[in-house]
Amino acid sequence: MRQVIWLLFRREWLLAWRRPGDLLNPLVFFAIVISLFPLAVGPEPGMLQIMAPGVVWVAALLATLLSLDGMFRSDYEDGSLEQWVVSPHPLSMMVLVKVLHHWLLSGLPLVLLAPLFALMLALPLNVLPVLCLSLLLGTPVLSLLGAVGAALTVGLKGGGVLLALLILPLYIPVLVLGTGAVEAATQGLPVAGYLLWMGCLSMLAISLAPLGIAAGLRIGVSE
Amino acid sequence: MNALADFIAMGGHGPYVWSAYAITFVVLLLNVVQPWLARRQLVKEEARRLRREVR
Amino acid sequence: MNWTFFYKLGSPKWFYDISGRWLPWFAVATVLLLAVGVVWGLAFAPEDYQQGNSFRIIYIHVPAAFVAQSCYVMLAVAGTIGLVWRMKLADVALQCAAPIGAWMTFIALVTGAIWGKPTWGTYWVWDARLTSMLILLFLYFGIIALGQAISNRDTAAKATAVLAIVGVINIPIIKYSVDWWNTLHQPATFKVTAKPAMPMEMWLPLLLTVLGFYALFTVSLLMRMRLEVLRREQRTRWVREEMEKHA
Repeated sequence: MRQVIWLLFRREWLLAWRRPGDLLNPLVFFAIVISLFPLAVGPEPGMLQIMAPGVVWVAALLATLLSLDGMFRSDYEDGSLEQWVVSPHPLSMMVLVKVLHHWLLSGLPLVLLAPLFALMLALPLNVLPVLCLSLLLGTPVLSLLGAVGAALTVGLKGGGVLLALLILPLYIPVLVLGTGAVEAATQGLPVAGYLLWMGCLSMLAISLAPLGIAAGLRIGVSE
Repeated sequence: MNALADFIAMGGHGPYVWSAYAITFVVLLLNVVQPWLARRQLVKEEARRLRREVR
Repeated sequence: MNWTFFYKLGSPKWFYDISGRWLPWFAVATVLLLAVGVVWGLAFAPEDYQQGNSFRIIYIHVPAAFVAQSCYVMLAVAGTIGLVWRMKLADVALQCAAPIGAWMTFIALVTGAIWGKPTWGTYWVWDARLTSMLILLFLYFGIIALGQAISNRDTAAKATAVLAIVGVINIPIIKYSVDWWNTLHQPATFKVTAKPAMPMEMWLPLLLTVLGFYALFTVSLLMRMRLEVLRREQRTRWVREEMEKHA
């Protein structure tokens, strides 16, 4: 079983390496979206600082959605998804590997890139660790829930926008908690509560989402 | 008549109350009438199709 | 326990017959409950000392909100039954109930917004309840959109069932976080003070309209389901006979 997981992981890694665009494009998108806001509302630091947590988080949500679109598509098209579904290994496990890989290539870079842009949005230095921590705890949930949507819409033509429509409402708790944590940190209030709750959501998502993703993939493949 | 005018005015809140009730009434009616019309349409089309088959 | 009823539900014809017998009763109940409830609420219930007459919108706002929320739960239940027992009727129920739930959410939002104007001065405030209703509307749109996007009917039923189940698990989490978000951001002027317990003359008509909305929901759902059953079973003899009866 462990060998299967390792092989799967290696496969995903190799495939991703051949298409660096898939990794970089969402990050560039993240950067562009964040840059749009000062252009739209003016560069006054006071206003930017108030908006910063929300802007960073919403940009992270949208960038994640963008990266989710092709998550299962190439596997669906070349038939490897069917092989996964009928294989003797638990689909939930294999799916978890795939989502982990997705998070490493999309969520983690966001965690590392966000402080740079948060600084550009006038967020004070001492708040940055909280921002990173909130993203670290939140982006797995985004990847997991998003994968459920990607599994349900795999093979559909209107894929990307439909995926966003399905998943964005489900992202709202993560958004509220993440921005709440950063805002509390800005005001010097305790953030442990927010982060613990985000941890809870992560745990819940890790345990339940693979079932939903597997169900969605089985449905998509059976068509 | 004064009582009726007072009732409709609803102490100044008339437009709000009546517009809310009107919109609700229209939507509820729609939800009942639309299936009914669709069913009539279906029966009509089926009858036409069956007549063509028999011929 | 007698499971015959449950397995009979697997037969579209049985459902069609029995719903045909129940429908008139539900229709009568709807008209009576709504007529009495609305007239009572509009004309005879006492005026609220804080909000004046605009509070009468409660008699349509609250029932719509209740039905909107329980309809989504119903979608998840129907979805589960359809997935686990492969009962086509459950798929039909999910497909037909979703638009009704969306309309109810729409009514709740619009009446809530209209109610907000005389109460708070603006048509829209991002308070916990309205925001949750808006998110619920988005969830409904998601289910309807997914159902429309998949052309194979059985696949569409399974996919929307999974989505409904995922949604229903998320709804408490979303509600809780929206409530929390609201307490973080709410300026004092918008705080809804705890209402005193409603006197009976005020909540009795509310009970009637709530029941009336549920009855109307059932009427609309049964009508739509019967229509869908006729469409799906078009090729069978009993449907042909039924059609010829009404042609």
